[in-house]
Amino acid sequence: MSAHANLERRRQAIYGWLLLSPAAILLTVFAFYPTIATLWSSMFSRGTRRNPTEFIGAENYADLFADPTFWLVVRNNLFYAGITIPVSIGIALAMALWANSKISARGFVRTAYFTPTVLPMIAAANLWLFFYTPGLGVLDQIGSLFGLPSVNWLGQPETALWAIIIVTIWKEAGFFMIFYLAALQTIPEDLKEAADIEGTSRWTYTRRIVLPLLMPTTLFIAVNAMINSVKLIDHLFILTKGGPSDASKLILYYIWEMAFAFFDAPHAAAMTMLVIAVLGLVAAVQFLYLDKRTHYQ
Amino acid sequence: MTEKYFVVLKDIAKRWNGKLGVEDVSLDIPEGSFVALLGPSGCGKSTTLRLLAGLEIPDEGQILIDGRDVTTSAASDRNLSMVFQSYALFPHLSVAENVMFGLKVRRVPKAERLEKLKRALEITGLLGYEGRKPGELSGGQRQRVALARAIVAGQRLCLMDEPLSNLDAKLRHSVRKDIKKLQQDLGITVVYVTHDQTEAMSMADMVVLMKDGRIQQIGTPEQLYNAPVNTFVAEFVGAPPMALIEGGALAGYGDELTIGIRAENVVQAETGSGRLKCTVTECEFLGAETLIGLDHKSAVGLTLMVPGLSLRPVGQPIEITFRDEDLHVFEKNGNRALAAAGA
Repeated sequence: MSAHANLERRRQAIYGWLLLSPAAILLTVFAFYPTIATLWSSMFSRGTRRNPTEFIGAENYADLFADPTFWLVVRNNLFYAGITIPVSIGIALAMALWANSKISARGFVRTAYFTPTVLPMIAAANLWLFFYTPGLGVLDQIGSLFGLPSVNWLGQPETALWAIIIVTIWKEAGFFMIFYLAALQTIPEDLKEAADIEGTSRWTYTRRIVLPLLMPTTLFIAVNAMINSVKLIDHLFILTKGGPSDASKLILYYIWEMAFAFFDAPHAAAMTMLVIAVLGLVAAVQFLYLDKRTHYQ
Repeated sequence: MTEKYFVVLKDIAKRWNGKLGVEDVSLDIPEGSFVALLGPSGCGKSTTLRLLAGLEIPDEGQILIDGRDVTTSAASDRNLSMVFQSYALFPHLSVAENVMFGLKVRRVPKAERLEKLKRALEITGLLGYEGRKPGELSGGQRQRVALARAIVAGQRLCLMDEPLSNLDAKLRHSVRKDIKKLQQDLGITVVYVTHDQTEAMSMADMVVLMKDGRIQQIGTPEQLYNAPVNTFVAEFVGAPPMALIEGGALAGYGDELTIGIRAENVVQAETGSGRLKCTVTECEFLGAETLIGLDHKSAVGLTLMVPGLSLRPVGQPIEITFRDEDLHVFEKNGNRALAAAGA
């Protein structure tokens, strides 16, 4: 190969690395290194004045598996994810299909749906706190009109988690709708016309044409929703603080509690590693399995 | 009178808040004919097709298909198929699923579906491509999938909206022949929208030339070529288009008239004996003949057609002549003079 072609290739390679480096450096400093540091610290015992820190291998993990609260929190989180992900995706899709059709005041409908998303989490949680408050809250006020007894939605184990779930759905559906709306805009109008001429009903068209074409978006949203379901913490601070009797405690809140309320950093680190492992696994399955069944344009 | 026509459009009008769609469109189409809606972009030809398809509803007028009033019927109730300019193939479905989509919707039994699919793919030369997605096909193949989808529906009326405009020139020529043959073999009625006059002239039994939402002329390709009803038709149809000369420039014609002449009727004259003195502006060698563009102060589009290669220097003076019976005479308003000797 001649000299100038070699030089050109080297220049291209340097150019590529330069473009790559900002992301690589940031990810290494703020994501990869902390992950490894967490893994490392999860294998040491909690240091006290009498017992200094020592390497104990997987003992922290064993402790967690033996901890009933840990399993309760995991169950809570699975239930929470199992309800919020499908329901908020379903509502988002329905709202997007409606907001995308030819209705009057379309702009208003879109903005209205999107409002919960732009509200700060803490503000939204305070708003719902007011809804749920026994006696004074909006829900109880409405209930009392029909003669229903006052319910302490957040204060009893049977309803606390449900109350959190409803707040999350309310907050996420509007956000996901925006993605669906954007995807719906890319479906050409003449597909609908071609289907119309064949005599396709609205339902068949949605099921056979629109939903498959929205699959890439659905996949993206599902992964996001799953990550969000593990990331939720700020609502809990305002609404329930994980109570009553851990009924609404989710994983991240428990990690936070472990690390900053009980000052048990090694156990918190071990739990963090478990979360990372599970999330990574699920994301891999979603992308590898669903990718094959998804048509990208 | 409406009985013997398969498709009838009666005084159709469609307007979009003041903007003109189509106005006063009346059209009778016999069964089994190939009708081309021709015109420049924005002339309303696609709107006319969409009105016929039921994708738009007319503001005024009446549409009959096979003797049935379908003016306000849904597209699916009109028993027609349509080929879109963009093909409108479902990108996530394979060729076979695309073609059978309508049959599935109409709950045609599976055996019959597969048989029809096979026939349609045979006709369009797509056998072996059943499993491919539209994204894995070339433009010409996608176009044929769209055709197969229209064929498989088995409707007697097929609408085509500029189906060839996304193909390259060579492919366009061969698909043009395929479509024409298909239409004749199946005996279906085709309404075909195009802005390409060559396409319309070569395929259609009946050409409908439109401009600004109104029909200018309806007739056979031969009628449009040899007896254009106005100067717009004269200039739109034919390659090269008809040249128009101000009447005053020719002895024996009034100033208010416009005279049209086809390139093949123009002949070069000996110096001093020609009817018009022109200068050469350009030469275009087409293989079998050379088109020589001529400039004259009171004429537009004058062209001399010379067999073989015959390039002339630009600016060379040249004299031309033509016979009176080859001239098309138009009134001041652009309409053909009735008394004139037409073809």
